[in-house]
Amino acid sequence: MSLLDDFMVRAILAGLGLVIAAAPLGCFVVWRRMAYFGDATAHAAILGVALALAFNVSIFAGVLVVALIMALAVSSLNGRGFAMDTLLGVMAHSSLAFGLVAVSFVHGVRVDLMAYLFGDILAVGRSDLAVIWVGAALVSGLLYWRWSALLTATLNPDLAMASGVSPKREQLILSLALALVVAVAIKVVGTLLIAAMLLIPAAAARPFARTPERMAVIAMVIGGIAIFGGIEGAFAFDTPTGPTIVCVAALLFVLANLVRVLRTYSAR
Amino acid sequence: MSLITLVNVNVRLGGRTVLEDVSLALEPGEIVTIVGPNGSGKSTLLRTIIGAIKPSGGTVLRKKGLKIGYVPQKLHIDPTLPLTVRRFLSLPKRVSNDAAHAALHDAGAGHLCHHQMTDLSGGQFQRVLLARALLSKPDLLILDEATQGLDQPGSADFYTQIESVRRDKGCAVLMVSHELHVVMAASDRVICLNGHVCCHGTPEHVASAPEYRALFGNGTHGALALYRHEHSHDHCDHDHAHQIGAHQIGEHAHEDQSA
Repeated sequence: MSLLDDFMVRAILAGLGLVIAAAPLGCFVVWRRMAYFGDATAHAAILGVALALAFNVSIFAGVLVVALIMALAVSSLNGRGFAMDTLLGVMAHSSLAFGLVAVSFVHGVRVDLMAYLFGDILAVGRSDLAVIWVGAALVSGLLYWRWSALLTATLNPDLAMASGVSPKREQLILSLALALVVAVAIKVVGTLLIAAMLLIPAAAARPFARTPERMAVIAMVIGGIAIFGGIEGAFAFDTPTGPTIVCVAALLFVLANLVRVLRTYSAR
Repeated sequence: MSLITLVNVNVRLGGRTVLEDVSLALEPGEIVTIVGPNGSGKSTLLRTIIGAIKPSGGTVLRKKGLKIGYVPQKLHIDPTLPLTVRRFLSLPKRVSNDAAHAALHDAGAGHLCHHQMTDLSGGQFQRVLLARALLSKPDLLILDEATQGLDQPGSADFYTQIESVRRDKGCAVLMVSHELHVVMAASDRVICLNGHVCCHGTPEHVASAPEYRALFGNGTHGALALYRHEHSHDHCDHDHAHQIGAHQIGEHAHEDQSA
């Protein structure tokens, strides 16, 4: 019997895979003030689930394609008459609604929507684990490769242009990475909580970081603790796992900011 | 050979002609300032020179291998992004510690290496931006309203730094500014822009040109002599520079009245 036969081990490995990709990506989401962007992409994933079931393709592929289309649509519509938050709100909620309606048309399959809204990390199998880790490796490889260019484009588009970095291309790369993470995470924490796993570890890491790189690494550590603590906690208290993970992350966020407040207070 | 030559450049943006028949040439080592009212196409001209905008007519010639250092308008850095000055200088290309320190020193920001970008004052921030632009060892330094948001002693200080950079590195400087008095005094040549080149020449020549006066009135030219003096290189010497400037404003204002 191998280690992977234990569902708890699989769950923790799946969570850690997600965190490795989501934590550094989440830093960009925080720096670029794209919190809503992650939300919108995640909501669109439900439409992807519906289409995947209707056309009988893998959920992963369906979610990936729809999340990607969503990300590209928002990027290209940005700055054409609507404020970004309005645009994202319209697209997020309408794609969620269309997704729910589309799911009701799928006959013959009993769809457990709850599984996609909240995920079920304890049900992760070996093949899911492979998908998650391949996705995580792709996303972190992409971020590692483009790191400096992404940072420059995040700082200022004109500065990027003058240094030979195309801000449009970097935005596209981020959108692609975001779509990949959403597709990977739908099984682990579900669409409603993906944005939380992007944002909260990064936000909790901010008070401890002096450079962007360190913030990404600290976010990974905090995310890892949340995954571990959340899964163990859910087991101990018999609570739903995905939400418990996010609760632990949120507590860590509060703790980090308490430390920051105390530190500035004692520095005076 | 000129670093950059523009011949009858026309730029249309969104169906509107922003630049019309603009011709100019930049020579190595000179400081040229572009002045003009809001919406006169100053930033568009800079962006055309950088290559961010393609002209709809005319030609832009760059010297082969020309390296441009660009100092943008005030750069906003989100407080959620932790970034030391040292790390900022290595974006997007990693630079050695020696090169980073040398550039910071040249920009008058040598002591700021380990500060957070978001903790810098306006003047310190612009110096760090200048240091970053110097890292590429540019033949031409381009500054777009680089002293926006600085008070007058602060921006005078900044332009003093620009002059000493020009003297040490021999690079040409092209800048855009609203602060006519301070900037024009530091320049070798001034180009007055309002969609087209209204007039150009030495600061004194432009300031007395009727086209320039039609745009800016007589009020500003009195301050022209500001900072056109032998200044010390002590960057903390705000008060000194300011006093001399104020004194000369007074003198010129007086001349104006008698004229």
